[in-house]
Amino acid sequence: MTKWQLSMKRLIPSFALALGLMVSCLPAMAEEGGALPTAGTNVQDQASLQRGAKLYFNYCVGCHSLKYERYSRMAEDLGLSEQEVMQNLNFTGGKFGDTIISHMPGDAAAKWFGKAPPDLSLEVRARTADWVYAYLNSFYLDPERPVGWNNTVFPNASMPFPLWELQGMQTAVMKPGTTEVEKLELSKPGKLTPAQYQRASLDLTNFLEYVSEPAALQRHHYGIWVLLFLALYTLLAFLLKKEYWKDVH
Amino acid sequence: MSNVFTRMGDWITERSPGLMPMYRKHLSEYYAPKTFNLWYYFGSLAMLVLVNQIVTGIFLTMNYNPSAAGAFDSVEYIMRDVEWGWLIRYMHSTGASLFFVVVFLHMFRGIMYGSFKKPRELVWLLGMMIYLALMAEAFMGYVLPWGNMSFWGAKVIISLFGTIPVVGGHLVEWIMGDYLPADATLNRFFALHVIALPMVLLLLVVLHLAALHEVGSNNPDGVEIKKGPKGNRWSPLAPADGIPFHPYYTVKDLFGVGVFLMVAAFIIFFAPTLGGWFLEHDNFIRANNLVTPSLIKPSWYFTPFYAIVRMFPAMFGTAVWGVVAMFGSIAVLFALPWFDVGKVKSIRYRGTGYKVALGMWVFAFFGLGAIGTDMTAELIPELFGNVDVTFWENLFGRTMVLIYFGFFVFLWFYTHFGWEKTKPVPERVTTHD
Amino acid sequence: MANEVVDHSRRRFLTAATAVVGGVGIVSAAVPFIKSWEPSARAKAAGAPVTADISKIELGQKVDYAWRGLPVFVVNRTKEQLALLPSLDPRLTDPNSSVDQQPSYIKGVDRSIKPEWLVVVGICTHLGCVPEFVPVIRPESFDPEWKGGFFCPCHKSRYDLSGRVFKGVPAPKNLQVPAYHFVDDTHIQIGVDPQEAG
Repeated sequence: MTKWQLSMKRLIPSFALALGLMVSCLPAMAEEGGALPTAGTNVQDQASLQRGAKLYFNYCVGCHSLKYERYSRMAEDLGLSEQEVMQNLNFTGGKFGDTIISHMPGDAAAKWFGKAPPDLSLEVRARTADWVYAYLNSFYLDPERPVGWNNTVFPNASMPFPLWELQGMQTAVMKPGTTEVEKLELSKPGKLTPAQYQRASLDLTNFLEYVSEPAALQRHHYGIWVLLFLALYTLLAFLLKKEYWKDVH
Repeated sequence: MSNVFTRMGDWITERSPGLMPMYRKHLSEYYAPKTFNLWYYFGSLAMLVLVNQIVTGIFLTMNYNPSAAGAFDSVEYIMRDVEWGWLIRYMHSTGASLFFVVVFLHMFRGIMYGSFKKPRELVWLLGMMIYLALMAEAFMGYVLPWGNMSFWGAKVIISLFGTIPVVGGHLVEWIMGDYLPADATLNRFFALHVIALPMVLLLLVVLHLAALHEVGSNNPDGVEIKKGPKGNRWSPLAPADGIPFHPYYTVKDLFGVGVFLMVAAFIIFFAPTLGGWFLEHDNFIRANNLVTPSLIKPSWYFTPFYAIVRMFPAMFGTAVWGVVAMFGSIAVLFALPWFDVGKVKSIRYRGTGYKVALGMWVFAFFGLGAIGTDMTAELIPELFGNVDVTFWENLFGRTMVLIYFGFFVFLWFYTHFGWEKTKPVPERVTTHD
Repeated sequence: MANEVVDHSRRRFLTAATAVVGGVGIVSAAVPFIKSWEPSARAKAAGAPVTADISKIELGQKVDYAWRGLPVFVVNRTKEQLALLPSLDPRLTDPNSSVDQQPSYIKGVDRSIKPEWLVVVGICTHLGCVPEFVPVIRPESFDPEWKGGFFCPCHKSRYDLSGRVFKGVPAPKNLQVPAYHFVDDTHIQIGVDPQEAG
């Protein structure tokens, strides 16, 4: 016992130093997303994923492909039947095993919007869920932009805002004497209340987070069991070590 | 049953007489000091990670496509379409970062307890060569997914060679086989990453262990157990303070493996990107030679060295100084046994000056890491308000560079001229019971 | 303490327990690696069931469809051809399809769901060549009493018009019948059982 205590006494400061330095990196890491509010997505929430998928296929898939996600995989992970997916969501005419490809021809789209609409398969992994959520809530009317819309999270985005009929139209209130946006105001309400729209945009973000890493569902499922198993192994190995080391002490 | 095993053993021994002596020399009759502490887990853990990288790497090559057109898609194919591909990929990506965690701790152990000193200089040199090969291996592996960070990381790191006067420009083209990182670059990096460097690494690991087992392991007291009294309960000729590696340290390492795997599994299953530290956000965007990520930073394990490059301005019409300093920062580590010439090995019995200097050196290493990851650019305005960030970052960074290199210079004066006031080193390892 | 008597049974138990749990761990860890060799989602999508329009296949004609990279023969058999099948039984290796080369709902001399429609995988059960369709009833060099069927050019294996293999040829088994079902009168789906289709 004394030996253990002594060696711990020696080791703890050095480990504490190393750990402290590593942990001190973590807050900075969390802040990486800047001042974005936390979206609070949860890919385990299947109902939310289903609502998000419905929104995606009604409002987004016209322009944005999900070229790494298969209809079949989506059906399985979202708890939907082949029939439900093929009749209610698949408007692109793809087969059940196909990936989700938008009908929009890339060249024409580039001409219309100045830039081909990007594939969104990995959008959340590339930008974080918080960013996507904030983006969906930050469109405002801007007559100076070619498509009539601008975005505070992604200034001068070339995308029009198809969800306006849900959220309504926001206009920007500028800081006095500047071109800097101070806040957004809802100037014309949409079909949904602000609270409903926030939930809808969260569902959509959640769906995109799922699409960016379908394996997350499996990870969480198996992770617990792997850790429990390793804990059992470690306990046994610890007892074995103690048993053998009786020879040494 | 035991009879069957004995006969099988005999059968093999008859046909390969060298096998049992090898087992005895490296395991059952390799006498290691009985006082290894926590720091001594990281050598065997590094070995475990190496095996993990090789096995998962082999399975990744089965579905990976080393071409500029297909690499990014093939990684997503592994992540989504290949059964359990995501697990194999995360084991490999997490393993890469954890490899550096355990290797850094392993190296720090060696520095702290003087394990690089006579008679173990060769062990240290071989270890440093492993570290160098590992950096090359990690860099080339990082390029393979062909995300935007892969591409720009490759471009920037290869450009470092471009700063070399006269030959630099051509050298860069030669390394890439093109005028920018392209198919040729990806293909050669793939070949080196999956075949050449792993073979070099394995060979170096064998040599590292062979060299170690020739001279024997050091211990937290820095006492040579081979010079102490002989005779323990296993052998009258073995060092009294030594215990057979097998079974005592094998069972101990088995326990260490369990703890380590729990940490690794937690990351793999619950935080595989570790908030952008183990897998960067920008690397989920396909390589684009026209759009640079807003912030190009290397993987976390390269950041201290990378930061050194930034701290040196171009002088006399060349930017080579930062690159020289970066390679120098690794070169001085190679030469550590000839900077630190003090006779006392372990930090336990060394002078206060050494302890302070080592602490500062570790701080400088992390400080440079903070600059390399661009944390300072965020922290400085937070702490000091509206100030010239570049100025303060450079001031801080250059101080850290000075401390980093100063540590080695200080060590030489401190030990060579006998300024160090060491404590008496015990005759035997201290067990405290 | 070093003089304490070693508790061998405890030591042996803990060694065995750790070894067993560790062994289970290694075996479980191997499973994902072994499973990663299974056909991927992409391969499965490419090998998805194929729906074939058979309305254009004339009486006595054969059309090939690709399913999972295999040629699937669909033959519209005539009444005369079907009538001849039972008479061939004595010359066949497995006239009653007792060897497992077809789904359970494929039975009898016609080996089909609807007697006129033969659906078989066009791969010789000998060494995997694609047999030729030789429907005409006439003496052939390879069989003077030929009543129509499939002939493999590689090693001269012969099958009748139900894909049943003849005795005395290298091929050991009847041609394989894939899972399939009729979507409607003019469409079949290859790769899905009638039961699965509901």
